[in-house]
Amino acid sequence: MKLTGKAWVFGDNIDTDVIIPARRLNMSTAEELAKYVMEDLDPSLAGKIEPGDIFVAGKNFGCGSSREHAPLALKGAGVACVIAESFARIFYRNAINIGLPILESPEAARRIRQGDRVTVDLSTGIITDETTGEQFQSEPYPEFILQIIRAGGLIAKTRQDLLGGAA
Amino acid sequence: MTLAEAILAAHVGAPVHPGQLIDVPVDLVLANDITAPIAIREFEKIGVGKVFDRDKVVLVPDHFTPNKDIPSAEQCQQVRLFARRQELTHYFEVGRLGIEHVLLPEQGLVVPGDVVVGADSHTCTYGALGAFATGMGSTDIAVAMATGRIWMKVPPTFRFIYRGERRPWVGGKDLILYTIGKIGVDGARYMAMEFAGPAIESLPMDDRFTMSNMAIEAGGKAGLIAVDDVTRAYLAEHARRPYREFRSDPDAVFAETLEIDVSEIEPQVAFPHLPSNTRPISQVGNIPIDQVVIGSCTNGRIGDMRLAAEILRGRSVHPNVRCIVIPGSQEVMRQMIREGLAEVFLDAGAAISTPTCGPCLGGHMGILAAGERCVSTTNRNFIGRMGHRTSEVYLAGPAVAAASAVLGRIAGPDELPAPWA
Repeated sequence: MKLTGKAWVFGDNIDTDVIIPARRLNMSTAEELAKYVMEDLDPSLAGKIEPGDIFVAGKNFGCGSSREHAPLALKGAGVACVIAESFARIFYRNAINIGLPILESPEAARRIRQGDRVTVDLSTGIITDETTGEQFQSEPYPEFILQIIRAGGLIAKTRQDLLGGAA
Repeated sequence: MTLAEAILAAHVGAPVHPGQLIDVPVDLVLANDITAPIAIREFEKIGVGKVFDRDKVVLVPDHFTPNKDIPSAEQCQQVRLFARRQELTHYFEVGRLGIEHVLLPEQGLVVPGDVVVGADSHTCTYGALGAFATGMGSTDIAVAMATGRIWMKVPPTFRFIYRGERRPWVGGKDLILYTIGKIGVDGARYMAMEFAGPAIESLPMDDRFTMSNMAIEAGGKAGLIAVDDVTRAYLAEHARRPYREFRSDPDAVFAETLEIDVSEIEPQVAFPHLPSNTRPISQVGNIPIDQVVIGSCTNGRIGDMRLAAEILRGRSVHPNVRCIVIPGSQEVMRQMIREGLAEVFLDAGAAISTPTCGPCLGGHMGILAAGERCVSTTNRNFIGRMGHRTSEVYLAGPAVAAASAVLGRIAGPDELPAPWA
């Protein structure tokens, strides 16, 4: 599966409070949360993101709280994929669980520039910066993570496991 | 095996090694009023009907309670109705609750050797009791509520050995802020942190909870301390179940080890906007403040209240400062009243709140306006964490927070004149 979109570039340690501040956590759907995504970094950003856009960030993306609202807000805003040098542990699990594609590639994170057109091939993990022509190979997912992705998220996988594939 | 590996191995019934993916049975599953609504929604999709064990699923509506607005009230209502439907043994209501990570150890719900997963990143607090406890998101917690099991990767262990004598006013908060300052906010990413050494052995239980609580601020998956006499004395008063003690084997393999001489550590302050942005109190300079918050899952225990009261006794909160004291549980508040600490705070001109996470995450009970500065005993100082995006949070321990409240600027207790002066 291939995704193509415009890159939004961020720095290191983008925390979950910046992705979606706690004052918005009296809501819990992706659609509601999307309106406030990254508002403390740039209050106008939510309005500028177009469906299919790709976030590119430095190390430790999604550090801080366990709020699943963070990947939900990104997904709701139309962010198709997050590429980062590295991800915080809880955010990584949450993104996989809710079906927000995330890819680790320190090189891509360093080279891709704001506004570049980026294509991501989720089956091969190859990231292409269409603007510069550069290609990057992201870290492959472990087999277990692939099983969650193939099942369509952790809940779907759990149903399969519990019902022996009858789901 | 290390302490973390030994606990996980006992749960899966076989030796484990770092990097291994395991499916672990859990002893306790936790969620709060922010994370439970999504967990409940996802739980219903699984279709099992009942939670795996009504004694082992704990719900604590502590973040936006007492309900701060209508949407929050509705989220709490969802949690309350789910708890009733599922006949959960451990659902805590306003008036009988506490901040989850203060409450659960106090109620004896977590004991050494447990594996605990919680939909709250500070679930790692229980590592101070020699339990393997880690934060996850709502969907993971929904699966744990349904099945009593969770998948995880066995983390490598980063061991910290603390030696030397602590200086006056230096507590667990200063040790952990100093440590995070050394290794950075991703310095222990994906790792179990293990705090050990003579300076940990002499550290009171409340200070140990503070250290384990902030393991996540270094990216840690857990923050463990092996059981010793201090832990056993605490458990004698609180534990409701028999427990098993584990420790790192003499030949355990640690991914990294860092030795820290605590005699070199001054009271610490983490400047905006990262917990790793630490400075010793002597290098803070003159920074006027508008608010002080003393409380949270990090520093809302009775030991923290005693320390803050010791400094505020006979003194007054600076005219330019709002000082908000939030005991971490009903029990902490009761003890505070018994010992006369509540009166000390009131006499000093501080506000006392009912237990809540409240201002720590910018929920309610002390939100900052544009440009305002707060010295807080909480755990995060990210952009917009306590209010407006241009407000600033400086993290410190209760001693520095209380001294700052008196002086109206970030200050250590040594800078205070005698109360009678």
